[in-house]
Amino acid sequence: MPPIIEVSDLSKTYASGTAALSGVTLDIREGEILALLGPNGAGKTTFISILCGLVKPTGGAARVGGHDIVRDYRAARALIGLVPQEIAVEPFETVMNTLRFSRGLFGRKPDDAHLEKVLNSLTLWDKRDARLNELSGGMKRRVLIGKALSHGPRVLFLDEPTAGVDVNLRREMWAVVRDLRAEGVTIILTTHYLEEAEEMADRIGIIDKGRLLLLQDTAKLMHEFGRKRLIVELAAPLAALPAALAGHGLTLSADGTHVRYDYDTRADRSGIARLLAGFAEAGIGVRDLETEQSSLEEVFLRLVEEGA
Amino acid sequence: MNWQALRTIFQHEMARFWRTPWESLASPVVSTVLYFVVFGAAIGGRIQSVEGISYGAFIVPGLIMLTVLQQSIANASFGIFVPKFAGTIYEILAAPVSFIEVVLGYVGAAALKSVIIAVVIYLTALFFVDLPVAHPVWALAFLILTAFSFSLFGFLLGIWAKDWQQVQFIPLMVVTPLVFLGGAFYSASMLPPFWEGVARLNPVLYLVSGFRWSFFGQADVPVAASLLAVAAFLGLGVGAVWFIFRTGWRLRA
Ligand SMILES: Nc1ncnc2c1ncn2[C@@H]1O[C@H](COP(=O)(O)OP(=O)(O)OP(=O)(O)O)[C@@H](O)[C@H]1O
Ligand SMILES: [Mg+2]
Repeated sequence: MPPIIEVSDLSKTYASGTAALSGVTLDIREGEILALLGPNGAGKTTFISILCGLVKPTGGAARVGGHDIVRDYRAARALIGLVPQEIAVEPFETVMNTLRFSRGLFGRKPDDAHLEKVLNSLTLWDKRDARLNELSGGMKRRVLIGKALSHGPRVLFLDEPTAGVDVNLRREMWAVVRDLRAEGVTIILTTHYLEEAEEMADRIGIIDKGRLLLLQDTAKLMHEFGRKRLIVELAAPLAALPAALAGHGLTLSADGTHVRYDYDTRADRSGIARLLAGFAEAGIGVRDLETEQSSLEEVFLRLVEEGA
Repeated sequence: MNWQALRTIFQHEMARFWRTPWESLASPVVSTVLYFVVFGAAIGGRIQSVEGISYGAFIVPGLIMLTVLQQSIANASFGIFVPKFAGTIYEILAAPVSFIEVVLGYVGAAALKSVIIAVVIYLTALFFVDLPVAHPVWALAFLILTAFSFSLFGFLLGIWAKDWQQVQFIPLMVVTPLVFLGGAFYSASMLPPFWEGVARLNPVLYLVSGFRWSFFGQADVPVAASLLAVAAFLGLGVGAVWFIFRTGWRLRA
């Protein structure tokens, strides 16, 4: 199956001179959930905005469903639903009407039955006649999702869907996203939170300073993030590790004062208890313990080096 | 052409008009009545007639044009500025539409509103004066073309404007003076020769004159010149809007 979105060397330098996106290339598979992770100002919104037609690219190209987003923008955009990062709604419009408007804009014939289904899935059906200024922030965000789904898109962009959303609603939204995926909708979401990306995504892309640093299957990425290191400071220096402690994968520091142990926090057991028991049995005194977790940057580097 | 989108935008804009019919229609009617009281009764008592037409009747075409220009610009500029200001315009920019659907939707609706208001003013005027229309088809043509052209300008204004002041500034500082100086309430021929020459540089004069001709069969300037003026306004507006959507000026970063 060809990728639903093909992006090659996409770049954007704003009129102000900010290079918000620098040569991003990636394919997005039909039906997957892709999470774009990155700090403030990384270029996530710029990336989405270009694909949706809100921002003009200054370099590179992209295709959605095989249609070039510039030359064949009508066909490309017709496949896309967008939930923007900032909540913007018409205050005096009703929920149902605003969905009808969105659907019509995308050239689709009125279909209230479809809109009812969408509103139900977002638990907004009760609010269909409410004005948007009477809704809470979380409800407004769901209305925006409803608008984006009103024309039955094949690709849904969610720009920070869970910003400012409480825990319950967040779970509900995740459930909605999963249902959509089950229907075959491709979903691209952005987030600042690794946990969220982990929870939702099939693949995670990390963007920083306009560059796509890596694109990785979630499971593999999380394995990297799961690595932790225990540093054991010994009461007295050792010349060599005793044979009894072999098999733990330990490394002794050059001066013999520290022992390093790498483990996976996601494994069933970390092996720390067994290790410390081993130290006691071997009669090695322990002065202090310290743990280190790989930072985001270390994981980037490691994965990039591994040629991921 | 995405007809469904065009219809959606058009209906959405018209819905705003009908949602507040009182504000939409009452205010032009009230100001018309006020103009009749001030110009028709107070001044008209002294002027009596202009070129053989009772002054009360004479000012109606200019009054309608004044309102059409103001309403077209206001409606169309607000129609696009509000979504731009509130951020809801993202949806239009991300939709599978070209500038044609967007312009016809927003501008068409703004123009239709102005035409409706013009008709309401005309009907209101009938309570005060006897007002036959000599060339009804031409009157309607001038009305619709003017409403559409100035709705286009309003649309451009709404896209250009960066804040509310700018949206209100242009109609107040440019359009209203042009209409007042464009012979809305007098005939250019009543002015001293020098000022008559100046008045003829005012493009709005041609609109008012042509529209008045369609009522009374008399004009300050040749009807052909008026038609040319309307066509020029229209062409200018269409060209500018086309350019904006091609380049994404002030809409797409
Ligand atoms: N319209 C614009 N004009 C000029 N610069 C812009 C514009 N929009 C964004 N930028 C700049 O481009 C860079 C990327 O911004 P972008 O909004 O894409 O980041 P982001 O990853 O979505 O950040 P966040 O997580 O805060 O939403 C930033 O430096 C930002 O200041
Ligand atoms: Mg963003």
